[in-house]
Amino acid sequence: MPTPPATTSQTVGPYFAIGMNLLNVSELAGPGERFTLEGRVLDANRKPIPDALLEIWQANSAGKYPEPGDSFRGFGRIPTNENGAFRFTSIKPGPVPGPNGATQAPHLEVSVFMRGLLIRLTTRVYFPGEPLNATDPILNLVPASRLGTLIAQKKDSHLLHWDVLMQGDDETVFFDI
Amino acid sequence: MYAYRRYQPGSQPSHNHPPYVSSQTRYPKQPLIQIPHTLSEVTGPQFTLDDLRHSSADLTKRGVGEPLGERIIVSGQVLDQDGHPVPRTLVEIWQANAAGRYMHKIDQHNAPLDPNFPGFGHTLTDEQGRYRFVTIKPGAYPWRNHHNAWRPQHIHFSLFGPAFATRIVTQMYFPGDPLLPFDPIYNCTADEEARKRLISSFDWETTIPDQALGFHFNIILRGRDATPMEDK
Repeated sequence: MPTPPATTSQTVGPYFAIGMNLLNVSELAGPGERFTLEGRVLDANRKPIPDALLEIWQANSAGKYPEPGDSFRGFGRIPTNENGAFRFTSIKPGPVPGPNGATQAPHLEVSVFMRGLLIRLTTRVYFPGEPLNATDPILNLVPASRLGTLIAQKKDSHLLHWDVLMQGDDETVFFDI
Repeated sequence: MYAYRRYQPGSQPSHNHPPYVSSQTRYPKQPLIQIPHTLSEVTGPQFTLDDLRHSSADLTKRGVGEPLGERIIVSGQVLDQDGHPVPRTLVEIWQANAAGRYMHKIDQHNAPLDPNFPGFGHTLTDEQGRYRFVTIKPGAYPWRNHHNAWRPQHIHFSLFGPAFATRIVTQMYFPGDPLLPFDPIYNCTADEEARKRLISSFDWETTIPDQALGFHFNIILRGRDATPMEDK
């Protein structure tokens, strides 16, 4: 019997806050190095997108992905505000295993939803000044000219900046996973 | 650890769908970069009943009285592509009320709000991947996408599944809705069979005499690949 295709995706539309806000999480706590990630989601004309939602999935500071029952949940969900801005505070994840014995640099997995997107987009946030970035097996698949869209900028010791840019010369890299 | 199957061509919407006007300044124009599934993609957040303590699977019991409209039961099973049930996974839904109005500050449609119908529900699937909501049949409503644009009656569904890779948000429609052929959102998926699977079916089995009509809607998440990740 042929394998049925997975259910097709549809936009979250403009009113997703009704159903999705219950699980909003903009701050995760746990042992490790704290950081705050701030940024904006901007459209092709660099206008703020006030009806976007970011979801984060990350390992703990030891590089272990959370399992049910763990105190560190590893999940964040942050809607953008009227200025298209978001803010997420957490603990820097440790390096995690990659394909063929490689090591992945510390990173956040990010899902992007918004009115106008027909299907979820996925991207990653990497940490600035991280030596493992140079050998990260996923970053190595990205053209050098676009790498900057995946690496947050350091604002001060614990504050990072990272924008999600739809279209334009500096469009954020999204992955086909 | 196993990777997940890639989506079959045409079975998901393309990013650029001009008839849906608000997609035009938001969809990615650069090609997506295909990456192998790593531990980061094959793990994912899991939720418990404690996460859902401020919601319920009965959307008709959120107010002081009964919401207006046609009471319905929406139920089905969450399966993977191999037909295996997806147990204990979160299902989030939200929808308009019977008059076609969302309880959201930016919805200014000239239709009444229903104080007894906030329009959201949450549940976890059981061991067989089954879920069941009690709700009200949502109304159709106008939107400004094009002249005389109306959304067919629909319920938004958000599911996580076992991994970051299996996350999906979709919409469920109702059988026989005359607005479906005209809706750019329903029609954004190229494959007609894939679109039709978004339409629920009327269900005598779950219809409750003197109480509520039943509608059945199964959701299929990506299945696992046949070969372990390490072999790739």
